[in-house]
Amino acid sequence: MSTKVSSATAAAVPAVAIRGLCKWYGRFQALHGIDLTVARGERLVVCGPSGSGKSTLIRTINALEGFERGEIEVDGIPLSRQPKAVEAVRSRVGMVFQQFNLFPHLTALDNCTLPLRLVRRLPAAAAQERALHYLSKVRIPEQAGKFPAQLSGGQQQRVAIARALAMQPDIMLFDEPTSSLDPEMVKEVLDTMVQLATEGMTMIVVTHEMGFARQVADRVIFMDHGSIIEQGAPAEFFERPQHERSRLFLLKVLH
Amino acid sequence: MHYADNVDYPPLLRRPIVFLPGLALLFELLRWWNVGASAVGVGLVRLLHLAALSPASSNVLIAALLTLLVGFNLAVVIRLPLRWQVYLVWLELAILLLVFFYSFNLSFAFIERKIGFLLRQGLVMTLYISVVSISIASVLALLGAIAKLSSNGIALGIANFYTSLFRGIPLLMQIYMIYLGLPQLGYVVNALPTGIAALSLCYGAYMTEIFRAGIESIPRGQWEAARALGLKPSSTTLRIILPQAMRVIIPPTGNQFIAMLKDSSLVSVVGVWELMYLARTQGQTEFRHVEMMITASLIYWIFSILLELIQARIERYYGRAHEH
Repeated sequence: MSTKVSSATAAAVPAVAIRGLCKWYGRFQALHGIDLTVARGERLVVCGPSGSGKSTLIRTINALEGFERGEIEVDGIPLSRQPKAVEAVRSRVGMVFQQFNLFPHLTALDNCTLPLRLVRRLPAAAAQERALHYLSKVRIPEQAGKFPAQLSGGQQQRVAIARALAMQPDIMLFDEPTSSLDPEMVKEVLDTMVQLATEGMTMIVVTHEMGFARQVADRVIFMDHGSIIEQGAPAEFFERPQHERSRLFLLKVLH
Repeated sequence: MHYADNVDYPPLLRRPIVFLPGLALLFELLRWWNVGASAVGVGLVRLLHLAALSPASSNVLIAALLTLLVGFNLAVVIRLPLRWQVYLVWLELAILLLVFFYSFNLSFAFIERKIGFLLRQGLVMTLYISVVSISIASVLALLGAIAKLSSNGIALGIANFYTSLFRGIPLLMQIYMIYLGLPQLGYVVNALPTGIAALSLCYGAYMTEIFRAGIESIPRGQWEAARALGLKPSSTTLRIILPQAMRVIIPPTGNQFIAMLKDSSLVSVVGVWELMYLARTQGQTEFRHVEMMITASLIYWIFSILLELIQARIERYYGRAHEH
């Protein structure tokens, strides 16, 4: 624990800094003045009931969602609606989705190489080499030639992780990465994420997998109705939740 | 069957409550149409040496004979495997169609004399017009679809007006308007460019809707994943969205191409030497209209079948990522 704290204080610029973030969908306010700082190398788990704004929050970090008030800085870059700012942020942030969102018309390998070639401008051979490296890292190099429809849900999600990692981002966002998986495939995806965590990647993970949160998170934040209700170290949060709403939520997800 | 079921309902044609009234109805219809006096009936009467019978009784006899023949045929075909059922039904219907044409007492010598010219000039021109027009129409449709999905009010307005106008006016009218209207502005347009322009504009308008629906069918997550990876909007559209939309776009576009092959015959009104125009003018020279109409129809049909086969191959290509 002490090493993590020292590395967090040593880093002059936090990975993500969010101040007073507000977002509305029409007249419905989805986020109510969120303040959140994520240090470099920190593993943050975001939990909360559905509709609490946790997905919306992490989707604002790479500008998949806009916001009306407040500010976000990623690696010190202020996020605006300007193409330059958004491109700079997206090149530092990788994202993994609940529905995988692999490109179904491309093989697993091409899913990884296409963005490398179009965005990073790598030549074909270098892109393929790097893609295969990351497919090996998620332990499915042998599936490289298959189309997404030929892979299991767990394999698809691992390809999606490899695709995001191949872009070599500083920060990884996970939006409920195991929620649409069959139970027996959850573990292989979580194992991949645990491995990533041990390598020091900055991770912001929206998940209901409380075992994963206990095992790897430096901090858990609990959201409800668009606000951060409570935050703390996982041991603290799971053993002694301070708020009534957190207690009720934990009762439901921990059975 | 597309949706396989594990319940064996008795086939319709094996139920007496279906086939008995069906055959009775067929018999009544044949009798009512006076089949004994038709070309088929007369042929059968001659074949079976029934000339001695009165017309009324030979009519009943021929109707009963044909009804029995149909019943026997059904009984045989229904016992075959599915694939052979399809082949046999095709063969029988094709024979009936040819018998129908044959009954016109056609001059095959005339057809033989003219068919070379119909193919060399008419078919080549028809295919040329269709291929060029469908290509231009595809480009127009892509632009139209992108405009319709954009947030640019000017582009949206132009695209809406375009599809509304060219889907709302008969194609024949569009051909006349371009051919006879543009000269009023000082531009004299030849017949062939007129035809190609009218077909391209009209089909581009229909296909705009096909392309738009195809693009809209791709889930939002695809766009988000590509954008999150840093792809620009243009590469996201070209490399991620459109290749997937093609799978949805191809079947109705193939349909449009087959429709265009035949709608290109409308261009004959301005005197382009395509299949329909030649069939009409060549027929007129010797008052052999029916020969030329039937020949041209069969050529259209054969090429529609070829296009269907090509379409099936392209569909398989774009569907290959979805085979398990």
